[in-house]
Order: sequence, then structure tokens, then C-alpha cells
Amino acid sequence: MIGKALQGRGVLRVMMVLVMVFLYAPIVSIVVYSFNESQLVTVWSHFSTKWYVALLHDDQILDAARISLEVALSAASGSLVMGTLAGYILTRFTRFKGRTLFSGMVMAPLVMPEIIMGISLLLLFVGMEQIFGWPERDLQTIVIAHITFSTAFVAVVVQSRLRDIDVSVEEAAMDLGARPVDVFFLVTLPLMVPALVSGWLLAFSLSLDDLVITAFVSGPGSTTLPMVIFSKVRLGLNPEINALATLIILLVGLASGIGAFKTAFKPAAKAAG
Amino acid sequence: MKAVRFLGMPKPGQGRGWVISGPFLWFLVFFLVPFLVVVKISLSTAEIAIPPYAPLFTLSDDGTISLALHLGNFQYIFSDPEYVLAYLSSLRYAAGTALITLLIGYPVAYGIATSRPGIRPALLMLVVMPFWTSFLIRVYAWIGILKPNGLINNFLMWLGVIHQPLEILNNQFSIFVGMVYAYLPFMILPLYACLEKLDHSLLEAASDLGARPFRAFLSITLPLSLPGIIAGSLLVFIPAVGEYIIPTLLGGPSTLTIGTVLWNEFFNNHDWPVASTVAVALIVLLVGPLMLLQHFQAKEETR
Repeated sequence: MIGKALQGRGVLRVMMVLVMVFLYAPIVSIVVYSFNESQLVTVWSHFSTKWYVALLHDDQILDAARISLEVALSAASGSLVMGTLAGYILTRFTRFKGRTLFSGMVMAPLVMPEIIMGISLLLLFVGMEQIFGWPERDLQTIVIAHITFSTAFVAVVVQSRLRDIDVSVEEAAMDLGARPVDVFFLVTLPLMVPALVSGWLLAFSLSLDDLVITAFVSGPGSTTLPMVIFSKVRLGLNPEINALATLIILLVGLASGIGAFKTAFKPAAKAAG
Repeated sequence: MKAVRFLGMPKPGQGRGWVISGPFLWFLVFFLVPFLVVVKISLSTAEIAIPPYAPLFTLSDDGTISLALHLGNFQYIFSDPEYVLAYLSSLRYAAGTALITLLIGYPVAYGIATSRPGIRPALLMLVVMPFWTSFLIRVYAWIGILKPNGLINNFLMWLGVIHQPLEILNNQFSIFVGMVYAYLPFMILPLYACLEKLDHSLLEAASDLGARPFRAFLSITLPLSLPGIIAGSLLVFIPAVGEYIIPTLLGGPSTLTIGTVLWNEFFNNHDWPVASTVAVALIVLLVGPLMLLQHFQAKEETR
């Protein structure tokens, strides 16, 4: 019986290792190929950093990268504010009119196919522009769209942190005469800092990566990095894109890795301490 | 408990309403209203104009407002076999992906949930990490792995297992590989959350009563993890139905899915009303699964 259980454990282990390989092999392959000198990408010739040099001279990519960073910085900050509010409302205000509708609207973008959010937001923007003369389709429409779908992710992170925070701390501040606003800014918010950091980083990387929604709501002058990447890779493999992808993996992976690390190891550290 | 209720229900005239109204209005305007606009445009006709559709309401000279609803778009997409096929194949890809991710994800989630508590967060992080790096780039990476002189074919030919490259790119197989790859974490996380909470004394009791491990799994673990199975399947199925990037990059030019059809109607044919109609048809399909998901998540919250 014990032997059988061990055997089962072994099968699970193998399965887990295979899945990890499945999850990481594509990412590793991109990084390796980006240092391949050959134009043929998957046929190895020898080590070279020439595609990184080519990248530095590609104005189209550099411009798009600048636009994407600009959008991601605003969108992540906007999502942080919106997601913190939404997460706070959903955990602390348990009863108010329209709560179900509110939580539905905030959380639906987590799963809603992007293509639907893209077309519906664009049609809204076009309609609004016809009626109010605002907004013109440029970076601001992209930022609004990104805030709308990233808020849910920030809210989820904030919610899970808020559930861990001992309400009695807030209670004590309240008993000592602090107004709710002061309690929020002086007690609750400082306790949420780790969640806010990972929420911001998550929103940043989601914004930097979004293609479908952005393609719908962007105007003629606002081509983001994923849009350039997509138009190039539709034609097949491209060694320059491998180099670019490696840099993105490094940047986003590092930033978000820190965020994920903080959230993932917090409960473990607490359990240990 | 009193404080929670106090925070939740401050005295009248306090700022709670203001706090709620900000995000509430934002999502009303930028999430809910857009759907109504899509429904509206789906009922209009295409025109060569900017924007390329006819107005629903027209104000005539004598001051009467006339409303022209056009149901032709719906008739059109339901009678054209191309749309019906796209609809069905999207359903098939999404359902198939949900099933395969469940079969692969369940043992992994189970393995993580039953590993030493100290390493669980690290294992979980390993599953989630790829999700944080670019989706577009991770899907693109599969082209290099699956193409005729890609990683897999080169390796198998080098081994001498095959002499001609396998055709594993630009077909259904590669679409499924990409979809399973992209959506696997969405299945593993809710399954893990469910399996981790499982009371192991139940399994011990079953074993004490003479149930063999497999029997105990079938009659205890599996039923108790059903909420995770349902939540995971919905989290995979719903976004997968409308997936655009994966079928486009890995499925080859002839792939028909709701996502690709909608994209082409919009960007290539500039037929906004038909694209909106496709979107409405997709939303209608997803209303049921979305409500089911919300129901399960609300239940999870109150536990």
C-alpha cells in the first residue's frame, strides 16, 4: 500500500516536471534563439548579439516602445487607484445597492474575451466623439481601455491583502476618534503597500502586453509595441523580434517576478514566523 | 464584527456613497454602456461614411423622430455557413481546451496541494510566472518550436525517429497546443485553491475504513474539488471562445473562429455592423457561463 502511494507520488512528480517544461520551454527557446547569428532563427549558426544591435537602430520599434511605456505608466497608475478603490469597496462595504452589478462589472474583464471589450469600447468612443466631441482616438483612449481591464487584476490582489489585514486595527483607530478617511489613509493604505506594489506591476505588464483591445481603440498615430510585434510575426519568425522579446521577458519578468514573489511568499513567511 | 458593520454602514451623509460612485460610474460608462452601443450598431446598416454605419434614429424635417431597426445582420450571420462554422469551431476549441487543461492541470494542482507546505508557494509561483510575461511573445515562441524546421522537428530528425518533418504548425493541433499552453494557469489556480482546503482527515478515515486510494479519490477528493473544476473550466472556456491571437498566429490563414471572423469584418471589410452582430452573438453565448462564474465566486466569498 505504501509502495503504491509512493508510485502515485512519483507519477505526480513526473507530471509536474513535464508541465513546468511545457510552460518554460517556449520562453527559454526565444531567449536562446535571440543570440543566434543566422537569419533562419531556428537553425543555429553561432553566438551573436547582432539582432540586439539591429534593434537599437529600428526606429519603428523604438517609437512604439516609447508609446507603450508611456501608456503603461499612466494605465498602471490609473488602474492602481481604481483597483484599490474597487477592492476596498468589495471587501469592506458588504452591503449597498447595486453591489452585485458592481462586482460583476469590475470582475468580468478578468475573463471577458478581449475582442468584445475592444470593439465595444471603440464603438463607445466613436459614439461619444460624435456627440460630445471627445475623446479623440490616441493615447488617452488606450489608457482608458487599459485601466478598464487592468482594474480587476489590481482589485483581486488588493482584496486578498485586505482580507488578511486585521480589522481590529482599523477598529482601534476608529475608537480613538479617527475619521473613516483618516483610517483609510493612515492605517489601511500603509498596510496594503505590498499588494499595491504587485498590483501596479501587474497592471503595468498587462498594459505593456495588450494587443487586441489596443488595436481597436488606438488612433492612427498611436501604434504600440505589441501592434508592431504582431504585424511582424504574422509574417513568420523574425530574429529581431526574438531579441526584443528577450528584453521584454527580462524587464517584465523581473518586475512582475518581484511582485509575484512578494505575494507568494508573504503567507509562507507569516506561517513560518 | 461591530466595526465591520460600522465601516460598511457609516452614518448618513458620509462619504461612502462618493467613494462607491467613482469606480461605479467608470465601469458603467466604460464597461456596461459599450455593450449597449454594440447592440445598437448591430441593428444598423453599413454605410460608406465616417463612422461606417447608418444612424438608428433620424430626425426628419417635420420634427418626427424615426427609428430604423435592421435585423438583417443577424439573419445574415445565421444563414451564412461561414459564420455558423466559425461559431461552432470556436466552441469546439474552447471546450476542448477546457477539457485538456483540466486533465493536465488536475494532477499538477493535486501534486502542489499535497506537497510540503514550505514549497507550495514556490511551485505555485512557477505556474503563475509565465502568465506575467508577454502573452503575445509566448504564443509566438511556439512557431519556432512547431514549424517544419523548428525545435521539435529538428530534434526528432536528429534522433532519426522521423525522416520528414511532422506537420504540426498551422492546423488544429497547434491551435490546441497554444490554447492549452496559454490557459493552463487559469485551470491550475482555482483547482489548487480547492484542493488545498481539502480536509485530509476525510481521506484517512476512508483509508481506515478500507477504501483503496483510488476509491477514496473518486468518492471524496473528486466531489469536493468540483467547485474548483467548474470555476477553472469557466475561467478557461470564456476567454478561449473569443481568442484571436492564438488561432491567427498558430492556426494558419484558413482558420475560422469567432475572433478571427470579427477581426476581419472589422479591420479588413470595415463592416462595423456585422462585426458588432458577431460580438453580440458571442456575448449572448457567454452570458450563461459568466453568470455561473459570478455565482460560484460569490459563493466562494461568503465561505
